[in-house]
Amino acid sequence: MERSLYDQLGGAAAVDAAVDVFYRKVLADGRINSFFDDVDMDRQILKQKAFLTMVFGGPASYTGKDMRTGHAHLIKRGLNDSHVDAVIELLGASLRELGVAEPLIAKVAAIAESARADVLNR
Amino acid sequence: MPAIHYEGNVFPLAENESVLDALLRNGVLAPHSCKAGSCGSCLMRAFEGSIPARAQQGLKESWKAQGYFLPCVCHPASDLSIRAVDASEQVGASIAALDRLSDDVMRVRLQCDAPLEFHAGQYVTVVRENGLARSYSIASLPDAPQLELHVRRVATGRMSAWLHEQARPGDRVSLRGPFGECFYVPGKEDQPLLLVGTGTGLAPLYGVLQDALRHGHRGPIHLVHGALHRRGLYLVDDLRRLGEHHTHFGYVPTVLNGTSSEGLTVGAIDQVVLERFPKLNGWRGFVCGDPDVVKSLKKRLFLSGMASREIHADAFLPSAQAAS
Ligand SMILES: Cc1cc2nc3c(=O)[nH]c(=O)nc-3n(C[C@H](O)[C@H](O)[C@H](O)COP(=O)(O)OP(=O)(O)OC[C@H]3O[C@@H](n4cnc5c(N)ncnc54)[C@H](O)[C@@H]3O)c2cc1C
Ligand code: FES
Repeated sequence: MERSLYDQLGGAAAVDAAVDVFYRKVLADGRINSFFDDVDMDRQILKQKAFLTMVFGGPASYTGKDMRTGHAHLIKRGLNDSHVDAVIELLGASLRELGVAEPLIAKVAAIAESARADVLNR
Repeated sequence: MPAIHYEGNVFPLAENESVLDALLRNGVLAPHSCKAGSCGSCLMRAFEGSIPARAQQGLKESWKAQGYFLPCVCHPASDLSIRAVDASEQVGASIAALDRLSDDVMRVRLQCDAPLEFHAGQYVTVVRENGLARSYSIASLPDAPQLELHVRRVATGRMSAWLHEQARPGDRVSLRGPFGECFYVPGKEDQPLLLVGTGTGLAPLYGVLQDALRHGHRGPIHLVHGALHRRGLYLVDDLRRLGEHHTHFGYVPTVLNGTSSEGLTVGAIDQVVLERFPKLNGWRGFVCGDPDVVKSLKKRLFLSGMASREIHADAFLPSAQAAS
């Protein structure tokens, strides 16, 4: 049997390793960082960990409904496809920086892509 | 809706109401301050029912196991039986000395009735006899004979004005806590440390600094203390002397308004930190004081490469406005 994507990536340890790299890129990116201006960093890191766990194919704590309610206030502030694109791009760049193989990065991007409709409440 | 069982009363919770707000609405004199799960003032104990994780976040494990929780951020899913923290769970203390460190900062020394176990840099909630509770960070080491707090005078502040103007040596208070994770943990003694804060944010940083030095920390230790004006800085001479004594300790007194005479750095504190410490990979950081400054400094350190788990911070959240 093939190991799950989450296990192949390295499980919870991989999430811990990726979260700082990914969140730092998000905060430094002029396309999306204004959405994070007034959020508490510690709480946001926990959320980013839950997000990474989900897109790594790990034990999901996010449901589609959570994704919808969690982003509703950002849609009012203009959240759209271009921002989701930017997040998926930064996710890929983070994993590349951590030495993750391209086929696995593609799988992660596909899971993130599948959340797009919920995030944008479509 | 779930209900709160308290001293023989049953208080049903209103929609979205915290346990603390339900108690206050029903006339219970429950001490509180920040109403954001951050200061520890509202600490209570549950003996039946299940406590949501959020209401115990940040408390030490042994307290969690004993059912201590923070009612201001407690929204239980089912009935909860609770009681106030009683005298045996607090430490009584007398004010031992009050001396001014600057125009608006008072050093409050407390003599505890019983030994209090804490780390320098943690905070305690000071509860007055009238029930008013506010949290203050500990600037002294555990083996010092007295507990040292630095209290800034807040205009119309109920606790700080009392401490500045009315309190006298011998006056009694109770202490809850200690709380918080902003303290020095020994090990990794070659790691560079960055301590940054504004105003009385210096209190916990001063505690952390002394603790690190006492433990023989060998890596460089930098303290950036910011204030609006020169007269907002305090303990300047002590810190300069420490810098002369310990060559690996650097003190950067910073003012927003003023001239760069007397060895002062002028500028916004996050800019000063960015310019002086642009690369913080592998460093450990401590950030304390004004909540907005703490928020932006945490981001600053993180963006400069400090790992999120290495950033220890205490935001001095003010008291929330009284519930109507
Ligand atoms: C974890 C923690 C640690 C703390 N450590 C320290 C410490 O070491 N030294 C210290 O001096 N303080 C510290 N504080 C702040 C302290 O707990 C009190 O909030 C502060 O002393 C004011 O209390 P007060 O009763 O004098 O004023 P209050 O009566 O509570 O406030 C009077 C009025 O001033 C407003 N106000 C109060 N503070 C501020 C502020 N900072 N900015 C804007 N408006 C304000 C209030 O909203 C209110 O309207 C800490 C707070 C926390 C949460
Ligand atoms: S932690 Fe509850 S009032 Fe501050």
